[in-house]
Amino acid sequence: MNELTIPIIFYIFAAVTVLSAAFVVFSKNVIYSAFSLLFTFFGVAALYVFLSADFIAVTQVVVYVGGILVLLLFGVMFTNTIMSTELKADVIHALPGTLLLLLMIAAMLFTFYTGGGWMPGLVQLQGSVVESIGLETMSRYMLPFEMVSIVLLVALIGAAYLARYDKAHKKEQ
Amino acid sequence: MSSSPSLNTWSDALSGLSIGWFPLGLVIIAAIPLVFIALYALTYGVYGERKISAFMQDRLGPMEVGFWGLLQTLADILKLLQKEDIVPKMADKFLFVIGPGILFVGSFLAFAVLPFGPAFIGADLNVGLFYAVGIVALEVVGILAAGWGSNNKWALYGAVRSVAQIVSYEIPASIALLCAAMLAGTLSMQQITMMQAGPGGFMHWFLFTNPIAWLPFLIYFISSLAETNRAPFDIPEAESELVAGYFTEYSGMKFAVIFLAEYGSMFMVSAIISIAFLGGWTSPLPNIGGLELNAMTSGPVWGAFWIIMKGFFFIFVQMWLRWTLPRLRVDQLMYLCWKVLTPFSLIAFVLTAVWVINH
Repeated sequence: MNELTIPIIFYIFAAVTVLSAAFVVFSKNVIYSAFSLLFTFFGVAALYVFLSADFIAVTQVVVYVGGILVLLLFGVMFTNTIMSTELKADVIHALPGTLLLLLMIAAMLFTFYTGGGWMPGLVQLQGSVVESIGLETMSRYMLPFEMVSIVLLVALIGAAYLARYDKAHKKEQ
Repeated sequence: MSSSPSLNTWSDALSGLSIGWFPLGLVIIAAIPLVFIALYALTYGVYGERKISAFMQDRLGPMEVGFWGLLQTLADILKLLQKEDIVPKMADKFLFVIGPGILFVGSFLAFAVLPFGPAFIGADLNVGLFYAVGIVALEVVGILAAGWGSNNKWALYGAVRSVAQIVSYEIPASIALLCAAMLAGTLSMQQITMMQAGPGGFMHWFLFTNPIAWLPFLIYFISSLAETNRAPFDIPEAESELVAGYFTEYSGMKFAVIFLAEYGSMFMVSAIISIAFLGGWTSPLPNIGGLELNAMTSGPVWGAFWIIMKGFFFIFVQMWLRWTLPRLRVDQLMYLCWKVLTPFSLIAFVLTAVWVINH
């Protein structure tokens, strides 16, 4: 692969990410916004690959495209009046909005130029990333990992409770 | 990242080839799986399926065009190419057009990590298996786009059914593949295959080296039928209820693209099951004494031959089941996934873990 190819591919993915994210915000149709999110998520995953974080990239695709986006699409499709409702995507307060935007960009550039710089790890990672992620999850990050699983379990039970077939309620009708 | 010295030497050399600024080699490499799938879908996919179904029903199948109807598929493709590109008037034009595209890309992305022999793999990722399972998510979005964009109640019903089915059956399928990953101790597809190579041929395959692997193998096979919408799980395209499911409104080349994607993912799941449990590109023949059958049938070309043959075998089983089993109802489908396959895959997971720890 020559020197030029990698930057070109990077900028293609960056453009896909930014443009599709802009489309999500500016589109007046919820369905189009939801489908446009696909390209945003995919572009972000590709950017992770450029950072050599392939595990996070695949997780990004599995969780966001396979889970969240599909749920979102289902939710949008089951809503009755999506095609008739016009989303408000107009610019209402142009001046304050622009000021806020410029301020935020300035703040981000400031942080980038003063506090920037990559912090390389002290220990160079050897071998498979998956293995070290597994070991770390099961040793140092055991408590957060277990807490997340309990939170998910509670959410699951709550959803099952809400969606449950209510026998007592049915009898009253 | 390379696991053997000769891995990807010729493809690396090819990727270096470029005319001026244009990376010709990269384009050629990307085109290889596409050409392979197009050829396989033309010959084995469409023609084979028609012939096999014909023989199973005591018919002859296509006989008119060419010797034994061999040119029938070519004639069909030429016909589809000439068809007018029809987009229904009330359809959502953008989604209707982009749906088959996303579907097609989604079913081909997993080919990047399939090892075709000891000397060639698209990308030897160390998360290969995870990637192959996860990238199917893109296909789901394509199906939804096609179903919604058609603006047709059958298409939408088909799409919603198909997506619900794929998302549900991903769980037992992933847990079953996790068992294979545990046995191998790695997620890299090439490494998983290398773990199953040896002079004993098929005796080194995960399916035969331990007493539990048949359970995740069966679970993954059943789930893969559901994930590719094959019978007996073809309720998304149930002809008797939904006309043709999410591609009801499609015709001409878009229809052909959807079918190519379907045959592509059929081969993909067949290759994944061969890699995870049946040794991928390794030769099934063992060395018997002085007769070194295994050594004779190993190597880059033989490797490609074996993985494609194993894939074709599972595609044949898929076709065979299609003409053998009746279609499941929606509630039976969900019952099978959540109350049978998922608990059994968890049991298989625990048993495999015990086996790996004590072995």
